[in-house]
Amino acid sequence: MIEVNGLTKGFGQGPVLNGIDLMIEPGERIVVIGPSGTGKSTLLRCLNFLDRPEAGTIRVGDLTVDAAKATKTQILALRRRTAFVFQNYALFANKTARENITEALVTVQKKPRAEAEARANSILREIGLEEKSDSYPAALSGGQQQRVGIGRAMALDAQLMLFDEPTSALDPEWVGEVLDLMRRVAEQHQTMLIVTHEMQFAREIADRVIFMEDGRIVEQGPPEQIFDDPQDARTKTFLRRVR
Amino acid sequence: MRALDFDYMLGLVPVLLGYVPLTLGMALAGMALALVLASLLAVERVAKLPALDPLVVLFISFFRGTPLLVQLFLFYYGLPQVMSFLTQINGVTAAIMGLTLHFSAYMAESIRAAITGVDRSQWEAAQAVGMTQSQMMARIVLPQAARIAAPTLVNYFIDMIKGTSLAFTLGVTEMMGATQKEAAGSFLYFEAFLVVALIYWIIVEALSFAQRGLEAHLNRAFTR
Repeated sequence: MIEVNGLTKGFGQGPVLNGIDLMIEPGERIVVIGPSGTGKSTLLRCLNFLDRPEAGTIRVGDLTVDAAKATKTQILALRRRTAFVFQNYALFANKTARENITEALVTVQKKPRAEAEARANSILREIGLEEKSDSYPAALSGGQQQRVGIGRAMALDAQLMLFDEPTSALDPEWVGEVLDLMRRVAEQHQTMLIVTHEMQFAREIADRVIFMEDGRIVEQGPPEQIFDDPQDARTKTFLRRVR
Repeated sequence: MRALDFDYMLGLVPVLLGYVPLTLGMALAGMALALVLASLLAVERVAKLPALDPLVVLFISFFRGTPLLVQLFLFYYGLPQVMSFLTQINGVTAAIMGLTLHFSAYMAESIRAAITGVDRSQWEAAQAVGMTQSQMMARIVLPQAARIAAPTLVNYFIDMIKGTSLAFTLGVTEMMGATQKEAAGSFLYFEAFLVVALIYWIIVEALSFAQRGLEAHLNRAFTR
């Protein structure tokens, strides 16, 4: 169970968050939609402290972090329970595809190298990139890089996987393969919080859709309700524009 | 104008080559120590630890702001007068110390620039998978910074090899000191210094060749 209470970020650069409350059930797939610059990515980045929230609490399992007085150790523990997929892939440029997956298993989780390699190989098979195992990110297409990015996140066995616009930086030709992989991750009952502009994908994969504007959750519910029968005027306006 | 004494020059080559290990040894020791010190200074400059930062800034400012020769004299001839335990220090050690401190100040700045040149997304990805600060630096940031800093660091190493010739002013008979002695005996100053110049030049050229290999190696992850 993941619980976010009053998550707030008001200062510094970028969009603000105005007291976000959010409960996420294990295995739940939540898609966050909304206009650009309204804090969707900031919400994700505050959940693992890539951006530092100023107030509010985040609970993941038995770990509760109070943003106002979060310690280094707590932040590290929180990050080790979550996984993050970046818009720009952010693969380790000095590591091969396989090393990108094994790196955290060996360095952070202290798994034996052989075990980490075996896990990486099975993930590489799953993401269809076995033959690219020893390639560096610079030699991979955008779609391949993002699949490795998702593979790296899968390997962590995180309690919550965060996807920050994973297809927004991709050439259109690569979007399909990345969404396909995300569907497969979803089938494994991975808890997912996804920020995306792919509305069709959202409708199809989400258990719940959240519409955000101005750092607030305006409306949320099952995809049919949000997409076919939105209640709030702002949700209606947004959905008209993206259609 | 008189003709060059080629026989004398050829005879001098093996004599001076005998001093190459000392010259390279001082440069390698200085470089290894300077790399460690410079990395620490650079990481501090990036992290800006409140207690340390002003001292590091002062250190870098002093060692970049004064000539290497002045620093060597200060350590070798000056410091023992105020710190008596330093009277035991020999010329080679003093030269290595001086080279280390001097070049670490320069190298710290280029390593710092290289660290800040590593893409922000690399830092964030390391944090997101749960790495500690030191894991992030050791596994992700410094290896990528090394690639950015390599060309300038090799240049400093080349400078350091040539800088070892100043050890001769501390009474160390290294390659330059040996040349000076040979020349004083034969009075063939032009020949002697020409030979030593050529030896330094060949060493540096060999190093530049190795540099291309090193850079290709460091760039292997970044080329298709």
